[in-house]
Amino acid sequence: MLRFFASLANPTRFAGLADRLLPWLAGATALAFAAGLYMALVIAPADYQQGESVRIMYIHVPAAWLALGCWTAMSVAALGTLVWRHPLADVAQQAAAPVGAAFTAVCLLTGSLWGRPAWGTWWVWDARLTSVLVLFLMYLGVMALWRAIDDPGRAARAVAILTLVGFVNVPIVKFSVEWWFTLHQGASLTISGSAIDPAMLRPLLVMALGYLLLFVTLLLMRMRTELMRRRLRRMALVAASGLAAGTI
Amino acid sequence: MMAALWALVRRDLTLAARIGGGAELGLVFFLILVAIMPFALGPDQVLLGRLAPAVLWLAALLATLLGLDRLFQADEDEGALDQFMLADMPLELVVLAKALAHWLATGLPLSLAAPLFGLMLNFEPAEAGPLVATLLVGTPALTLIGAIGAALTVSLRRGGLLLSVLVMPLAVPVLIFGVAAAGAATSGGRGFAEPFAILLALTLVMLVVAPVAAAAALRSVRE
Repeated sequence: MLRFFASLANPTRFAGLADRLLPWLAGATALAFAAGLYMALVIAPADYQQGESVRIMYIHVPAAWLALGCWTAMSVAALGTLVWRHPLADVAQQAAAPVGAAFTAVCLLTGSLWGRPAWGTWWVWDARLTSVLVLFLMYLGVMALWRAIDDPGRAARAVAILTLVGFVNVPIVKFSVEWWFTLHQGASLTISGSAIDPAMLRPLLVMALGYLLLFVTLLLMRMRTELMRRRLRRMALVAASGLAAGTI
Repeated sequence: MMAALWALVRRDLTLAARIGGGAELGLVFFLILVAIMPFALGPDQVLLGRLAPAVLWLAALLATLLGLDRLFQADEDEGALDQFMLADMPLELVVLAKALAHWLATGLPLSLAAPLFGLMLNFEPAEAGPLVATLLVGTPALTLIGAIGAALTVSLRRGGLLLSVLVMPLAVPVLIFGVAAAGAATSGGRGFAEPFAILLALTLVMLVVAPVAAAAALRSVRE
């Protein structure tokens, strides 16, 4: 496993692997979403209390899982940057941030749309909502820091530190906001068991698989693009320095 | 090593007190923030009295953050930061000393002045003790969190706005427990101990995490 990650340090080898994997991943994503959406919107029963609006759950809940999972993945990548100096770690981290921010935004927007029929309000300053909003703001902060420092290497280390500090902060935010009046329900699905009916659980899990595949696909695509962009930047720098040396 | 630490604290305090240091500016900014609140909220005495702890905490957060973007930048500009890195003293201690000096110049006067400015918000002077206590315990955490942001943005010309964007989400827990403790104290005094203890815990955690993270950030800029 370690040797596999070490071998990926070669950007060309990584790009080759990404090229081979991406069509399969994209196809699997499309299949999972087609099956998941059909199961969620057509087959799954409506809720006896909430009616059809419960179907928002199949979009909302996997987005929330991925929003948290993406920050965890970025933290692992941050360790990869700071500890192991893996050359792809910061590329992965840079590529993951906007994807994670998008999942968080989807989670917030669908949650707001769901909150209107279920709770009678678009937004409350409830524990869960607030901590996800803070997570969204931290994603935006990471993206802003990437854009603020022009040297990729320096930006990568700065962002890695911010990501790790943010990772320490996520549980603190979660527990601190739980002091507030809470409208959002607790988790229905835990390692030990599920409080969801199998008829609703199956579409939810298929949708979660679709989201996960989408995340991996987008991550690989963005990493490949970022590697090309950096190579172009380096070539432009070399060309410019060669030009300067020639004229002097 | 302790001598060097105190020398650094003394140097930063002197710099803050002299012309161009701007230590008193934080207090003036705090006063202005408190003063504009009634313009936005209306002069309703009951409402202002109820919101006073929250307003004072918010003003303390903003006044602390907006002064922080120069925490390391001035040393970076004049080359002192390079000397700190070459010195025997660990960079983590340098960060701690600079944060301490910044807090002594901003957070401490701000906490002590809060009850006085609170009078303008219909805040009962009799309840000043708990409020000052929460600010004294909480503002070091704000300074330390801000030090991480200041270290991350040290090389940027216009890092002030970015610093706030990076630091505000991290400061949310401090704000929640600070306002919770201050609010509990003013409305009868029950439920004060628990948020106050957590506020203290946050400051202690940041006392450990922030110097390490900020020093790592300062080093990462130099590689």
